[in-house]
Amino acid sequence: MSTDIFLHQLFAGLTAGAIYASLAVALVMVWRSTHHLNFAQGEMAMFSTYVALALIEAGLGYWSAFAATLGLSFLASVAIERLIVAPVARSQPLATVIVFVALLAIFHSLASWLFTPVLREFPSPFPAGTLPGFPYLSGHAAGVVALTLLELAAVWLFFRFTRLGLAMRAVAQNPVSSRLVGIPAARMLALGWGLAGALGACAGMMIAPIIYLDPNMMAGVLLYGFAATLLGGIANPWGAAAGGLIVGLLDSLVGAWLIGPELKLSFALTLIVAVLLVRPAGLFARAQRSRV
Amino acid sequence: MTGKSRPGTFRQILIAGALALALAAPWLVSDYRLFQLTQVCVLAIAMLGLNLLTGWCGQISLGHGAFFALGAYLSAWFMQQAGIPDWLTLPGCAALCFTAGWLFGLPAARLEGLYLALASFALAVAVPQLCKHPVLSAWTGGSNGLVLNAVEAPALWPLSAEHWTYALALCTLLAAMGLTHRLVRGQLGLAMRALRDHPTAASTIGINSARLKAQIFGVSAMFAGIAGALSAITVRYVGPDSFDMFLSISLLVGIVVGGLASIPGSVAGALFVQFVPHTAEQISREAAWAIYGACLLIALWVAPGGLAGLVRRMGDSRGARTTG
Repeated sequence: MSTDIFLHQLFAGLTAGAIYASLAVALVMVWRSTHHLNFAQGEMAMFSTYVALALIEAGLGYWSAFAATLGLSFLASVAIERLIVAPVARSQPLATVIVFVALLAIFHSLASWLFTPVLREFPSPFPAGTLPGFPYLSGHAAGVVALTLLELAAVWLFFRFTRLGLAMRAVAQNPVSSRLVGIPAARMLALGWGLAGALGACAGMMIAPIIYLDPNMMAGVLLYGFAATLLGGIANPWGAAAGGLIVGLLDSLVGAWLIGPELKLSFALTLIVAVLLVRPAGLFARAQRSRV
Repeated sequence: MTGKSRPGTFRQILIAGALALALAAPWLVSDYRLFQLTQVCVLAIAMLGLNLLTGWCGQISLGHGAFFALGAYLSAWFMQQAGIPDWLTLPGCAALCFTAGWLFGLPAARLEGLYLALASFALAVAVPQLCKHPVLSAWTGGSNGLVLNAVEAPALWPLSAEHWTYALALCTLLAAMGLTHRLVRGQLGLAMRALRDHPTAASTIGINSARLKAQIFGVSAMFAGIAGALSAITVRYVGPDSFDMFLSISLLVGIVVGGLASIPGSVAGALFVQFVPHTAEQISREAAWAIYGACLLIALWVAPGGLAGLVRRMGDSRGARTTG
């Protein structure tokens, strides 16, 4: 019986972890391209999910609405980077934090304003019920895990094997030199933001069927995303993906046996503070040295 | 010389006018408006605290709502369980919140810029859930919160209870402004600004940045806690959902729109946060936060000194014009 519960928790943790991984990779993407922590990533994802719901209700099929939402989120994120973030990119951290807090407030408000701010059910494209012969994983959960793996593989292939991916990595590593060899650095930064927006939207659409859609949906998820990002090393997408899975599993198991569901957010808080203090470079990274 | 004294006079006239209005307010406005003004005082105290940390010292906190909540719960508990008169709960709350802020500041002071913002953001998101925890609910009242008895002014107070809470909040605000003025004018203020503008240079001239940050964190949390206590005293209700992330964010909105590193700016920010969304809510309840967000961006791009900076510039240009 208790193994049963354990396996249930394990797979629930894995599912949540896959979603956190998706959001964490989005956060890393922004960090690598502009060295910002995007506090608005969660609210942007929540807004994208509302857009997806509106498209579905307008009569689009799930997957066409899914694709359209990814595209729209990509374009909107590129526009936000170009119009709002780029002008303050090189200012003090305070200025960038203010920009992200402003975006967070605006998207939160717009979502409640344009769409009704009540709990909404969000459809899942995957079969309902549990998998045949495997009671620990629901159809949706299995779909989420598979889709996340697919998405991470696509991101990896993009960065590893395409010229564009190479250019983006070059800009992240050394913006000045890459500009000197003719890479349009500003466009690469915007592209990073666009990809982050699409990844965030994907995370939002995957978690909404589990926790229901409402304007406050992503605050907790974002916290786990940050914890995952830090755990894996803030500049390392693979670390962040692994961090997401670790955080999801830890949270599910610790939440079930040690601290109860009421302290889940405090657990994320403790994790964030602990990683920042004990191992700021993350579990998998060597410490970065900076020249004074 | 006159060129310098003129803006000074302009400033003095403004301060005297604002003070006179604040003192006369109980006889000029309705009880409801007076309650709103009391809330302005409460917010202004919390914003002064955040401004000390963020505006003068350059440390970004997105989690001051947590200390606000701590002060509110402590004060409610002192009043309800220990039967202490409302105004006497303030020193206790101040001392405890200072300690809490200092303790949080000790490790947090090691975090730079964005990481401190992140840690405090996590704190702000976690607080409402923490307040609802069953272990704490004996003190916090769980999700229902604590409902307090109606305000009782001290026996010797000649005016109404609304006047009493307003006077209490206003006096505390004036004391907080005085303390902030002393802190930022002296050597400590120079050290804070050095830490904000060039941390490395600050440490080479002998500023112990970790200790200074923890101390300022303590003072800043103390202000937030006092504001929370006053909020419990005036609103008579303390509930976990009033201390969500958006409380912390509204404090940041206030100091950015009002003016970073400015005492009058903190008060202007409190007026903004209290009254602008109220007006906006008549259009749509959800529009308030969009207006906050837009004003943050506008402040950042157009008026980096906030409202206080605009007024200062106005005063300067008047002075310049009169001296020719």
